Amino acid sequence: MRVAVLIKQVPDTDQVRMDEVTGTLVREGAAAVPNLLDLHALSALEGWFSDDTQLHVTAISMGPPAAVRALREALAMGAHEAVLLTDRAFAGADTWATALTLAAALRLLGPFDLVLCGEKATDGETGQVGPETAVLLGLPFATRVRQADLEPAIDGTRAVTVTRELEDGGDRVRLPLPCLLTVTAAACPLGLPTLDGKKRARRATVTQLDAAALGLAPVEVGLAGSPTRVVRVERPVLRRQTRRYAPGDAEAGLDDLVGTLARLGLLPSDDPGAR
Amino acid sequence: MRILVLGEYSQGTPAASTIELALVAARLAGDPLDCAVLLIGAGPLAPPPLPVPLVTVEHSSCARFEAGLHARVLAAAVRELDPAIVLAAATSAGRAVLPAAAASLRCGLTADCTGLSMDPLTGDLLQVRPAFGGSVMATIASPGSRPQLATVRPRSLPVPASWRPVTACRRLALPESTFDTLGVTALDAFSSPGLDHALESADVIVAGGRGLRRSAGFGMLGELARLLNGSVAASRSAVEAGWIGHEHQVGLSGRVVSPRLYVAVGISGAVQHLAGMRTSGTVVAINRDPRAPIMQAADLALVGDAWVLVPNLIERLRRGGGLT
Ligand SMILES: Cc1cc2nc3c(=O)[nH]c(=O)nc-3n(C[C@H](O)[C@H](O)[C@H](O)COP(=O)(O)OP(=O)(O)OC[C@H]3O[C@@H](n4cnc5c(N)ncnc54)[C@H](O)[C@@H]3O)c2cc1C
Ligand SMILES: Nc1ncnc2c1ncn2[C@@H]1O[C@H](COP(=O)(O)O)[C@@H](O)[C@H]1O
Repeated sequence: MRVAVLIKQVPDTDQVRMDEVTGTLVREGAAAVPNLLDLHALSALEGWFSDDTQLHVTAISMGPPAAVRALREALAMGAHEAVLLTDRAFAGADTWATALTLAAALRLLGPFDLVLCGEKATDGETGQVGPETAVLLGLPFATRVRQADLEPAIDGTRAVTVTRELEDGGDRVRLPLPCLLTVTAAACPLGLPTLDGKKRARRATVTQLDAAALGLAPVEVGLAGSPTRVVRVERPVLRRQTRRYAPGDAEAGLDDLVGTLARLGLLPSDDPGAR
Repeated sequence: MRILVLGEYSQGTPAASTIELALVAARLAGDPLDCAVLLIGAGPLAPPPLPVPLVTVEHSSCARFEAGLHARVLAAAVRELDPAIVLAAATSAGRAVLPAAAASLRCGLTADCTGLSMDPLTGDLLQVRPAFGGSVMATIASPGSRPQLATVRPRSLPVPASWRPVTACRRLALPESTFDTLGVTALDAFSSPGLDHALESADVIVAGGRGLRRSAGFGMLGELARLLNGSVAASRSAVEAGWIGHEHQVGLSGRVVSPRLYVAVGISGAVQHLAGMRTSGTVVAINRDPRAPIMQAADLALVGDAWVLVPNLIERLRRGGGLT
């Protein structure tokens, strides 16, 4: 089975601080790391298809040359090969232009039996790139997958049954291969890079492809190819005036809490019919 | 038509988020009759009247929700009705269907908007959305690209409390090829025990972290949540400890919630957790450590032991309202 895992490079949230004055997160100076949910997808893959001795995993990322680090991390965690899509023309891509670029790469490097994405990236948090890429490739897809079971081939066609995580539970969907899945963190605890993997990752060459190699014109990709534009960016101020109660004032604190619940109309007695 | 809303419903009743979006659409368009809610199902679909006209697509292949199929139906309906704007709720369904439809319509899409307005000069939809865990609000437009697609976070836009029902309803016939399932079968759906209200739509959330020390802590929080008619959530550490399922996790790698009341018990308030709840209405933190970051992010911070404070609170609430 040939699988592609799409890995995005994002700012490291562990280095993000909270601005005490505005109550917002400060990201300046944060290093770039692989999107954690993409690594969950990679880890899950090895669990789901551990019986498959032919499993071959290609990690693909679109980003600046520095995104090679994210790919090396994927190699250390078990990916067999890594490809970086990098070109000045790719800069400023929205999800449409990103999906177009990733789809071109998947077409060029494929065919793949399965394409995996993270459920969302921790910077933009759109979760759009997966489904968009699937449609551009004409593939069926499922989002928010936490478990996938490969079925034995019937008449040469293979299928996968997935369990998805939804607001109030989940559902199960059966998809023929090839297909694209976006994977939640629940799919698998994060695997650790092995010593062997680390060595392999250091030695491996990461293939680099630019727009021309993907057969894409500069106007199709990056900011030029993006239908959406960021018109304005603001830092919202979300300050709270904290009312604080020390352990000795526990009773006063609870009085305040119950008073707050009353003001919000949330006390049990406010709505006896509901219970 | 100016605005088409992708509708969601269960057991014949439109979702609250669908009614909310219909009202948002009516406000943006200036005329409810210039909008419509699209309902897709096996039919016959006969929901109660909504604030805007209905368009239904009824086909036997649409008996269960399947994102790819619904996206093909939505895209075909958009080609037919030619709206300038297409909206869906930023639910798991909306966030799967809209990107797929956007890709086949070759147009822009903005995810999880918390503000929408029209640019009077260009007619562009101005879409405000949080990014980087809500630390930045970006305004996004798709100049010259039509239709403009957006998913909208439920309960984030103001809507009027009362509205006039519109009975107009049109059945849309689409080419048979639209209903190609690509071999995908939706098998069954199930609900998770303990998730009485979807976290995204809960008014009240009681969340626990590693500070609870043991899984029984969630029994205690469940009791508090029941009294407040709310839902139980957790930090990642609590999920990793195995005290509660991942579907309850709030934060960067879990769910993003915005209830009217968020009670954080034994949660330190790491940036990754704050990213999932910082836009909540009132935040109450119960923590032994006065310097825990959650205490800065709270309206009400009670320093103390969860195992003392929470049972005390439950006891007060049980005594009927709890005011002594
Ligand atoms: C990429 C990435 C993504 C992440 N995503 C998420 C996410 O989605 N959601 C999430 O929550 N985390 C996430 N994390 C983890 C996050 O960084 C924190 O590790 C986690 O939120 C800590 O959980 P906690 O507050 O329960 O535990 P701790 O940080 O250990 O805090 C426990 C708190 O309980 C208090 N306490 C102890 N005993 C008591 C008592 N008896 N009574 C009252 N209080 C007590 C302590 O003072 C402490 O403040 C992510 C991390 C990374 C790197
Ligand atoms: N630049 C990129 N390179 C590789 N994969 C990406 C890129 N952008 C998004 N993805 C994939 O798409 C998923 C969803 O990203 P997003 O739509 O940005 O939230 C990520 O988890 C990745 O798997």
